[in-house]
Amino acid sequence: MELYELTVHELIEKLDKKEITISDITKSYLSRIKEKEDDVQAFVTVTEKEALEKAEELDKKETRTKYMGIPIGIKDNICTKGLKTTCSSKMLENFIAPYDATVMEKINNENMITLGKLNMDEFAMGSSTEFSAFKTTKNPWDLKRVPGGSSGGSAASVASNMVPWALGSETGGSIRQPSSLCGTVGLKTTYGLVSRFGLIAFASSLDQIGPVTKDVEDNALLLNVIAGYDSKDSTSKNIEKKDYTKALVNDVKGLKIGVPKEFFGEGINDEVRESIIQAIEKYKELGAIVEECSLDIANEALSTYYIIAGAEASSNLGRFDGIRYGYRTKNASNLKEIFVNSRTEAFGPEVKRRIITGTYVLSSGYYDAYYKKAQKVRTIIKDKFNELFSKYDVLITPTSPTVAFGIGEKTDNALEMYLADLCTIPINIAGVPALSLPCGVDKEGMPIGMQIIGKHFDEETIYRAAYTYEQNTKFRETYKPYFKK
Amino acid sequence: MKVSKEELLHIAKLANLKINDDESESYLRNLNDILNFADVINKLDTENISETIGSTDNVNVFREDEIKVFEDNAALLQNAPEEEDNMFKIPKVI
Repeated sequence: MELYELTVHELIEKLDKKEITISDITKSYLSRIKEKEDDVQAFVTVTEKEALEKAEELDKKETRTKYMGIPIGIKDNICTKGLKTTCSSKMLENFIAPYDATVMEKINNENMITLGKLNMDEFAMGSSTEFSAFKTTKNPWDLKRVPGGSSGGSAASVASNMVPWALGSETGGSIRQPSSLCGTVGLKTTYGLVSRFGLIAFASSLDQIGPVTKDVEDNALLLNVIAGYDSKDSTSKNIEKKDYTKALVNDVKGLKIGVPKEFFGEGINDEVRESIIQAIEKYKELGAIVEECSLDIANEALSTYYIIAGAEASSNLGRFDGIRYGYRTKNASNLKEIFVNSRTEAFGPEVKRRIITGTYVLSSGYYDAYYKKAQKVRTIIKDKFNELFSKYDVLITPTSPTVAFGIGEKTDNALEMYLADLCTIPINIAGVPALSLPCGVDKEGMPIGMQIIGKHFDEETIYRAAYTYEQNTKFRETYKPYFKK
Repeated sequence: MKVSKEELLHIAKLANLKINDDESESYLRNLNDILNFADVINKLDTENISETIGSTDNVNVFREDEIKVFEDNAALLQNAPEEEDNMFKIPKVI
């Protein structure tokens, strides 16, 4: 067995026993990148030289700490000091981050090794990575299909064993949906659990960083590193630091699971629905208490999302003016032309679509009808989740309405692409945590993801539910990406 | 159609973006699609509902107003499209 096939907890075990060196691991992953990257196209930047140097340096240390020498891939909207951070946009094609995001400080403090920066939809806007200005990442299970998005590079690189784990980010499903499509474990953390400092802003009231991993144990291990209060992010929550690995308990007896029936209706593919229903049967078998419930807000949440995220994006992306950093047009004779032409030349079509939607809903005369209304509906959606969580420990739904779709299939119709996030977006609006866990494959062998939703700051119960299912079904041992051409 | 082409071009101007004639149709269709889809929220009664501004219940997060100097000027300026003498350079304004 190659080292790149192992999970991080298995790698740590081998390092602790001195069976392998950090350089062995780094070289194994770099060789895997050489083998698969041409097909998968998950990276914007590979930091081969720096990674090998750091590995050698770490191998010389006499004492080791837990995460020392574990490689990691980073979504390219997270600032990495001295390294290009492009957001997969022409606007930031040559931007070198002057500082580290707080999550990167934490990762560097643990002496992990960054293997590179991962592809995404431009400014994290999209559900397929097809909106990257540089390349379309391919799904490792079938290279003619999308990996999902916007953290498509994160999910595809983990699924194809080019990195053992990765950081992604979510604004509306951008970790969970690609995790579902690529068969990885992806967690959207409770809003406020992980610092957003140094995450290039898309929609600040929704953005969160989270782990994409091969299994649930690794997911908890990585969350242990990145979670925690940060004074540099005023929305980060000052709560006691937890050890999430304590939640990895193989037992769901008595766990109360709610199954919102609206998430199993129209628009959900039959095989996806069937697979989730079987997973729920498994939970019953394992002693959980399962009950059908109602959460009839999916379309409302999606509408709310595209209004609020658009509004916040139009404001956040106002900073890209071609003056202090980023792309500057060559066709300008005055300041105004620098602003307009730089933005027009460097932003891709999806980013412009969102900025236009956002500017419209914030403009005078429409503010009350759209933006203010959406903020109120957001309250209704939050209340509905709270109501359900007074009865249930977790909720279970499909993560994505379908398995991975074909490249080019949805790029012409923005609204159809937006529907790919129908099941994931309500969670971002409510700010609660949710995890996507692979639970089966369809007839063509494409992975299907189950979404486990939890209460605010109760990632532990999600992990317990996910870990129990995983230990009793063993998806990773049964199915592997086949890089179908 | 909720939004006309003239309105679209006005919105683009507010956002410091230029939309060509041959692109305007697709931007217009997309914006109208979303606004039509968003009609579903108008069916909800929000009469006595307060707005949710953010996702946490944090309010008025205060901290000491301390000056922290970012030492690495060079790291900041290397990203500037044009610079001169430690300053960002722009075309003449006045």
